[in-house]
Amino acid sequence: MSRQPRAVALISGGLDSLLAARVVMEQGVHVEGINFYTGFCVEGHTHAIRKKDRARPKRNNALWSAEQLGIRLHIIDIIEEYKNVVLNPRHGYGANLNPCLDCKIFMVEKAREWIAANDFDFIVTGEVIGQRPMSQRRDTMPVIARDSGADDRLVRPLCAKNLPETLPEREGWLNRDRLYKFSGRSRKPQMALAEIFGFKDYAQPAGGCCFLTDRQYSVKLADLWESRGRRDYELDDIMLLKVGRHLRPRPGFKMIIGREEGENRFLEGYRKQFVNMVTTSHSGPLVLLDGELAAGDLELAARLTARFSQGRDAERVTVQVGHLDGKVRLLEVAPLPSDAIPVDWYL
Amino acid sequence: MSNTILDARNLLCPLPVIRTQTAVAELRHGQTLSVLCTDPGVVHDIPAWCRVHGHEVLSILEKDDEIIINILVRDAG
Repeated sequence: MSRQPRAVALISGGLDSLLAARVVMEQGVHVEGINFYTGFCVEGHTHAIRKKDRARPKRNNALWSAEQLGIRLHIIDIIEEYKNVVLNPRHGYGANLNPCLDCKIFMVEKAREWIAANDFDFIVTGEVIGQRPMSQRRDTMPVIARDSGADDRLVRPLCAKNLPETLPEREGWLNRDRLYKFSGRSRKPQMALAEIFGFKDYAQPAGGCCFLTDRQYSVKLADLWESRGRRDYELDDIMLLKVGRHLRPRPGFKMIIGREEGENRFLEGYRKQFVNMVTTSHSGPLVLLDGELAAGDLELAARLTARFSQGRDAERVTVQVGHLDGKVRLLEVAPLPSDAIPVDWYL
Repeated sequence: MSNTILDARNLLCPLPVIRTQTAVAELRHGQTLSVLCTDPGVVHDIPAWCRVHGHEVLSILEKDDEIIINILVRDAG
């Protein structure tokens, strides 16, 4: 090859992808990063929505990784295309609604399309054999290479010596001796390598970066599909599942109740799309009512809204109801006692 | 030279960054882009994106719940 070899690295924002990119850069390869946005990402959204989290310094870890590496990062919106991965995973789900293997195949496939369109030579990921129960196993890692179409243009520098030789190694773009043989769930080898490269303050693993691995979130998503009678979603749907307390008093009717000021402000943006409630006699949450309201639902929702307001112990609370046609009415209700709320209403 | 305005209000990160990336791809060296946002995360994320791509943040203006980030597009080579 007459020009410098070029690789795109899948940058998640975690330590492994940071190290994998750096290992390849050390061998003189030009690397650019790619980061996919599915709509289910955890960190940025919860931080932006919940006021209590704002005390923590905010950063996008993928961009932070790119800055540490001194590389460009291309953030790609795959929200629409990703639906098929979530709704119809060929390899099934993990412990929750996480289609980890299909997800990885899809992302590597998108990276393959990207390198073809941008005249790059191969793809780098931070995968390590045995690190994840579904997508990073000895038997599933070849499936990712095969089903994505990347084949031997997919390099996992952190565990390459445990895997067959790839095209960049055969072509001499990468020296196999300078790749690694990590395996298993221990983080010690990665931390030691980070030390060598001088990486500090990298993102710590915190139970996954995707809401689909979260049990409670998956319960809410499954409930959404069941209540609508079809498996589908829009971005607003999956955003709203990240926010507030969700109560379903009956199959066709759900309440989303803001838990604090940041969530109330976020829900404010959806007020025109939902019948909504706020307490006017006491401070309290903004509540969205999702679904078809039947007789008695408004009264029940108002009593629940009052229950979650500062007027929970008052005899009467005034609740303002905003309707979809813009009309507003006031209801005077007694807050529902907490022991009158069945546990199975909570999603 | 005219300034391009991008409305990214009510979008949560990284969507304002992605929209900025798309808008900048349509601009030439020396042109400017003003991004209107409401997610406080953009104050960190859009400048970080600009740094890794070689563009310059001219100013960040915050008023009430709105943020305006002014960007000078540069050929990053």
